[in-house]
Amino acid sequence: MTGASTIRIGLLLPDVLGTYADTGNAAVLAARARWRGIPTEILTITADTTPPAGCDVYLLGGGEDTAQLFAVDWLRRHRDLHHALVTGARVLAICAGLQILGHTMRDRPGHDHPGLGVLDVTTAPGRRRAVGEITTTCVIPGVGPLTGFENHHGITTLGTAPLGTVLAGTGTGNGTRDHSGRRTEGVLTDRVIGTYLHGPVLARNPAMADHLLTAITGTEMTPLELPDQAALRRTYLSPRAARGGIHHRRRMPQ
Amino acid sequence: MRAGLVASRVSRRVGVGAGSIIGGRVTLLLDPGALSGLAVGRRIVVVSGTNEKTTTSHLLAAALRTSGPVAHNATGSNMADGAVAALAAAGDAEYAVLEVDEWHLAAVARAVQPAVVVLLNLTRDQLDRGTEVRAVAATVGAALAGVPRTVVVANADDPMVVWAAGNAARVCWVAAGAGWLGDTATCPRCGNMLHTDRPAWSCGCGLTRPEPDWWLDGDLLCTGRQVTRLALRLPGRCNIGNAAQAVAAAAAVGVQPEQAAAAMGELATVAGRFAVIHRGRQELRMLLAKNPAGWAETLPVIDPARPVLIVINAREADGRDTSWLWDVPFDKLPCPIIVASGERAADLGVRLSYAGLDHRTEPDPVAALALLPPGSIDVVANYTAFHQLLRRLPVPAGPR
Repeated sequence: MTGASTIRIGLLLPDVLGTYADTGNAAVLAARARWRGIPTEILTITADTTPPAGCDVYLLGGGEDTAQLFAVDWLRRHRDLHHALVTGARVLAICAGLQILGHTMRDRPGHDHPGLGVLDVTTAPGRRRAVGEITTTCVIPGVGPLTGFENHHGITTLGTAPLGTVLAGTGTGNGTRDHSGRRTEGVLTDRVIGTYLHGPVLARNPAMADHLLTAITGTEMTPLELPDQAALRRTYLSPRAARGGIHHRRRMPQ
Repeated sequence: MRAGLVASRVSRRVGVGAGSIIGGRVTLLLDPGALSGLAVGRRIVVVSGTNEKTTTSHLLAAALRTSGPVAHNATGSNMADGAVAALAAAGDAEYAVLEVDEWHLAAVARAVQPAVVVLLNLTRDQLDRGTEVRAVAATVGAALAGVPRTVVVANADDPMVVWAAGNAARVCWVAAGAGWLGDTATCPRCGNMLHTDRPAWSCGCGLTRPEPDWWLDGDLLCTGRQVTRLALRLPGRCNIGNAAQAVAAAAAVGVQPEQAAAAMGELATVAGRFAVIHRGRQELRMLLAKNPAGWAETLPVIDPARPVLIVINAREADGRDTSWLWDVPFDKLPCPIIVASGERAADLGVRLSYAGLDHRTEPDPVAALALLPPGSIDVVANYTAFHQLLRRLPVPAGPR
């Protein structure tokens, strides 16, 4: 951990990119650290504040199209934070949050808007909105499978490694496949996790939260049993759910 | 239309529904113009918005009944078929109150040419079905622009409503309050930050809170020099706001505020909401909350001294995505004993744990009641969970 022993969680623009309740990821991270005796601080960085540049992790959530453009403009204007995001900050970015970290985002009329260029990805509108439960594998050792709810029109094309492959649902949606022929979901670099999964993703997949905490602190997290967590995972990852009982939308036509 | 009425009787008899939807659906199939035909010659008030449609339409129907018979889709069947069924079932009613789903407002309003549309609030709800709230507001705005003779009774305190009603030819603004502002940190029109200093709000693009024609001072509803006390049996600040818009709508079709308010004050329950049900040694107060804005209005109504049972489903009518539970500030839930229930009890249970709340979890809500002590209990459920549970419980006590 850099400097102080308190983990600083920067919740970026929850007032702008908070449409899909991804702000819950901050609460999950903080609680799971606190329950292990690690002090945390959530910095709620709304658009009317000056953002700190030295958080241990920044969280970005999903939002609407106008909000997305506002967020890019705002992040670019705050140079210290922008510099940190481009050069070294740890980030968990969901849905619109993932899209704005890319090179460009194409709107429905076909105009390309520049993103922040943190990730080697581009996004364009798909033929129809991908809405429904999604399950994927996860390349982070010990984390997968992932469950979440996706709700996006964007198709994201990756020039970088995916977070996992789609078991049911649409995912990043670009039609590119990994070496085993499966479609991909999300993005993983040495310091950024990007995904389309809401839920919030860390509430549905606590192992991903613990992976982030381990990366921040440099120490393994002790096991943590939470009531209802196993039942929740069963709801979405059981064989019945995988067969479509939990309303996976059909795969996107290629 | 006769075929529709027969179908609804059959539906009731075989127990597959309250009958209104199937009857209306058959009528519309046989005659697509049935709705406009049934509307001719009546004074119709349409009630729309994300939350509080059913409650407000019941308040309004009570008010208009003081002037004559009222057709009303009282069970909340709020699409065109429900409207047809309500009008067909009350052929001679001069007034009609129609609760209408936001997405069906354009079609219904065009067909019935209402005297008044009440637009209550627009917030996030069922994101999997309705897409984002600005898209809903744009659809509502287009619907209002399509009925230029209609008076729109709109909530001046909800920026999303003000943006949508900006397309209407005739607007009566009511400062009905807004409990949850999660969707309007940014301007609905331009996407920049709104300047908010409650009750005032404005944006640099020019969208601003209109001067209200009706406003509240506690439970006093004011307009011009007239002041009306809203003494309701329904609990909560939110219902005062609902009543304010209902009084303004009633006045627009000729019912005096005093007369309307007196009738609204008699209402104790609304389609099961706020009903008190005696079951064994337990007394259950039934509350419905289906999204973050609904919960923001419900949290202050929950009795901090009582145990609470929370029941959450994620069926189509609820929205399939349970993420919204994370937009509810459950850490403010004051109750000493909490039981999580419903088809998504595990999602709720995980959410409550992260809010720091001890609780027990039992997916079957009737079995969950056995985990709670005798005495008064508040039950809060979302849409399908509420109606499923009501059907399994004894009939509510007291006046309707």
